[in-house]
Amino acid sequence: MQELIIRAKELLECGEVARVLGWRKGEHVYDPEPAFFQSADALENFVYNGFCGANLSKYMIEASKLEGKTLVFLKPCDTYSFNQLLAEHRIDREKAYIIGVGCKGKLKIENIGADGILDIEGADYPDCGEELNVKTLYGDVKVAYKDAMLERCHVCKGKEHRIFDEKIGESVDTLDAERFAEVERIEKMSPEEKFAYFQAELSKCIRCNACRNVCPACSCRKCVFDSTKFDSAQKANATTFEEKMFHIIRAFHVAGRCTDCGECSRVCPQGIPLHLFNRKFIKDMNELYGDYQAGVDVDAKAPLVCFSQEDAEPGALTERG
Amino acid sequence: MSVNKEDFRPVIVAFCCNWCSYAGADLAGSSRLAYPADVKIIRVPCSCRVNPMFILRAFEKGADGVILCGCHPGDCHYSTGNYYARRRMTMLFSMLDFIGVENGRTRVEWVSAAEGVKFSETMNSFVEKIRSLGPNVRLGDIRCKN
Repeated sequence: MQELIIRAKELLECGEVARVLGWRKGEHVYDPEPAFFQSADALENFVYNGFCGANLSKYMIEASKLEGKTLVFLKPCDTYSFNQLLAEHRIDREKAYIIGVGCKGKLKIENIGADGILDIEGADYPDCGEELNVKTLYGDVKVAYKDAMLERCHVCKGKEHRIFDEKIGESVDTLDAERFAEVERIEKMSPEEKFAYFQAELSKCIRCNACRNVCPACSCRKCVFDSTKFDSAQKANATTFEEKMFHIIRAFHVAGRCTDCGECSRVCPQGIPLHLFNRKFIKDMNELYGDYQAGVDVDAKAPLVCFSQEDAEPGALTERG
Repeated sequence: MSVNKEDFRPVIVAFCCNWCSYAGADLAGSSRLAYPADVKIIRVPCSCRVNPMFILRAFEKGADGVILCGCHPGDCHYSTGNYYARRRMTMLFSMLDFIGVENGRTRVEWVSAAEGVKFSETMNSFVEKIRSLGPNVRLGDIRCKN
């Protein structure tokens, strides 16, 4: 972490960058938040640890409108989102100075709470290692680092930065699960079971729009969900379908552009596995139109904006499964 | 409200493209080929005009089944519209299947202007399928039900 601060101060002082986009200490150890740092002094609140899961690439949309360069810290998976935003001309490469930071898997405090650990006061500033020391009202508890990791880190896309100006820090491979395992499990259910599963999950939705706001692919200037005329604008439990509609529309809007960064599931206050929708689309597109990973190649064409004459007929997927 | 399977009259929404399928439906009519009155046809300029939202909205407002008809691949009036529609609908229908809407409730069929017989057969078989599946209770707006 000190390395990052020193380098950021250097770049600020030599005038290469006008501001720094990074993570700032939150109220607790486990809730650092994205922040702009305008001066070297402000950097004393800068933090980079296992809880810095937030993807900073979306903030570059606003930073691209500002005068001067912005120093941005990107983890390997964040660089996919950055590339995707570049492909969509939402950010300006010239306005960004990218330091690729190492990633050893990011943590989610809720995952620790899910283990039955109560009254969490904090945790050690962890970077990696086998165990995480969690401070609670009743003393310290040890938790396996892997158990506290975000879902997306278990299905990590790899620790290679797709775009950067320089790299600082080491990464550790965290891939230990099958990316589409959960999607496949649901696909095997009967329609009744599938419906019951999503009804149970999605009825928790409070329509806070956190998933929309955090999503790097949801960067439209005008969003359909901000319309007061739109049916799901209010949280009125009038239909059995409202939440599903909201989430299907959201997933469809980002289909082919979603890099599967998992931010939607990370920020959901209700713990809904929203990434399943995106991953289902990715799985279908990979199977039917060839493997495609958004954000790898800026010039690649997304599957839903092109076609081939030999495409499968719409019945193909559902009849097979 | 329980409905006898024999008495059940489904609401079917058929999106038909102006150049092929709508003309196909016309041909079916002028050739006196019967198809159920449960099918409500909505004419669209091209199958590609159908936003996935249209389909979701149709279901929400009480449709029991939605069918999209367009020109055969390669025959689109606008050259490539139906190719895009094909990919889009494949994704949408697969997602609807994923959240538990029976996949029989959605269909894409290519019907040309000369295929009045195919149009009537398609609609007959689709209505038959929806009748066997029964009313759509999973996606409806409960405000519209009595």
